[in-house]
Amino acid sequence: MDIAFYIAATIAIYATVRVVTNTNPVHALLSLIVSLLAVAVMFFILGAPFAGALEIIVYAGAIMVLFVFVVMMLNLGQAVVLQEKRWLAPTAWIGPGVMALLLAGEMVYLLTHGESQGTAHTLVDAKEVGVALFGPYLIVVELASLLLLAALVAAYHLGKRDDQNG
Amino acid sequence: MLTWLTPDLQHILFTVFQGVVILVVTVLFAAYLSLIERKLLAWWQDRHGPNRVGPFGMFQIVADMLKMFFKEDWTPPFADSFVFRLAPFIAMSTILLSMAIIPITATWGVIDLNVGLLFFFGMAGLAVYSVMFAAWSSNNKYALLGGLRAAAQTLSYEVFMGIALMGVVMQAGSFNLREIVEAQSGLWNIVPQFFGFCTFLIAGIAVTHRHPFDQPEAEQELADGYHIEYSGMKWGMFFVAEYIGIVVVSALLVTLFFGGWKPLPYLDFIPGIFWFLGKTAFFVMLFVLVRGSLMRPRYDHVMKFSWLVCLPLTLINLLVTAAVLLLAGA
Repeated sequence: MDIAFYIAATIAIYATVRVVTNTNPVHALLSLIVSLLAVAVMFFILGAPFAGALEIIVYAGAIMVLFVFVVMMLNLGQAVVLQEKRWLAPTAWIGPGVMALLLAGEMVYLLTHGESQGTAHTLVDAKEVGVALFGPYLIVVELASLLLLAALVAAYHLGKRDDQNG
Repeated sequence: MLTWLTPDLQHILFTVFQGVVILVVTVLFAAYLSLIERKLLAWWQDRHGPNRVGPFGMFQIVADMLKMFFKEDWTPPFADSFVFRLAPFIAMSTILLSMAIIPITATWGVIDLNVGLLFFFGMAGLAVYSVMFAAWSSNNKYALLGGLRAAAQTLSYEVFMGIALMGVVMQAGSFNLREIVEAQSGLWNIVPQFFGFCTFLIAGIAVTHRHPFDQPEAEQELADGYHIEYSGMKWGMFFVAEYIGIVVVSALLVTLFFGGWKPLPYLDFIPGIFWFLGKTAFFVMLFVLVRGSLMRPRYDHVMKFSWLVCLPLTLINLLVTAAVLLLAGA
């Protein structure tokens, strides 16, 4: 299981790096999908199949589809690839890259030397998630639903056309 | 003798054997379905259908396959070749993976996953990429229009496809398909979940892009839509994937609403496998009959129907099921 985890983690990291470095928008999105699928595999290995399945359905299966949809509609051509190449000049990424590397090093140090909780290998199924959401976290669920309702109303308002009667 | 054949290894080998048999049978049946469909449509329309190759045209599929293998497998120079090649593989693999969660009989089945139904939703969600990537990478305006339609249609229909099945999940108390079948021992889900069945059937047809929901490929308007630039075996994979989709959705309908391998009363002497196959074949034929008898609606009607009819219907079904279950104290 450990080996499977590390394989999935390596794929996730590599795919995420490719999301940033790829100059073609659709190829970058493809890498992002692969990265999300790798994270879903990790959820499965950690004993949270429900979270893994939701990761695939919600992120890879719905949100990313909308991303690809928008990129397809814009139909970006070769010009965007060249623009992305210009933006990926070393002067632009070396500074943030070094900072991210420092943070990554710090995190690895803390993970190896700090107080580790250890990963719990208990199976978290749909039922446990539901009981938790509608038990102790009920108020958070309700607040999130209010937020989503507000977003829905706003989206409807923006999408509504006044020049039509129907 | 055979000391290496430990019970563990036997179990692993048997599981792999099951998986391979189910895979091969599914793919072969799906490939043969193209001939079955043509024959059935011909009979219903008072024609002969393919009858030249072999007795009753039985080997037509072999001839078609040979033709397809020898066709030039052409990648257009203006296409994005990596994504262009990837798309048919996504189509085939996501839909075949969905077959893995379906329990064939009490002992047969590939995986017994406790989030089985969610796995199917995930695979159905990923399957839309095959159409979108095929459409985008072809660099063709008809393909792109087909892809845009496919994305919008699939997303809309997947929303209520999930909600339509929540009534079934609530009644069984599990996402596990095996437990859902066991929960139907007394009464098949088709009776208490009739609206769930209707909406899931519609969503299933839409997700496999079958007629009358074949907007992404609409021949008259889009000249075949997203796979217009495909030829040879790459096109063949889209073609077979569509038929595998029919088989998978039919098998799911049987599992979720018609008691899977469970027999009708007084007929339990017939083994479960025949019940499962028979019920699945019935729904496959229903798919063909729907294609043969309905016209293709306009695209905006398809979208309106999804959001204004099916989604409210599934939500009401969900609320009523939940209320009944709570009142019954389940």
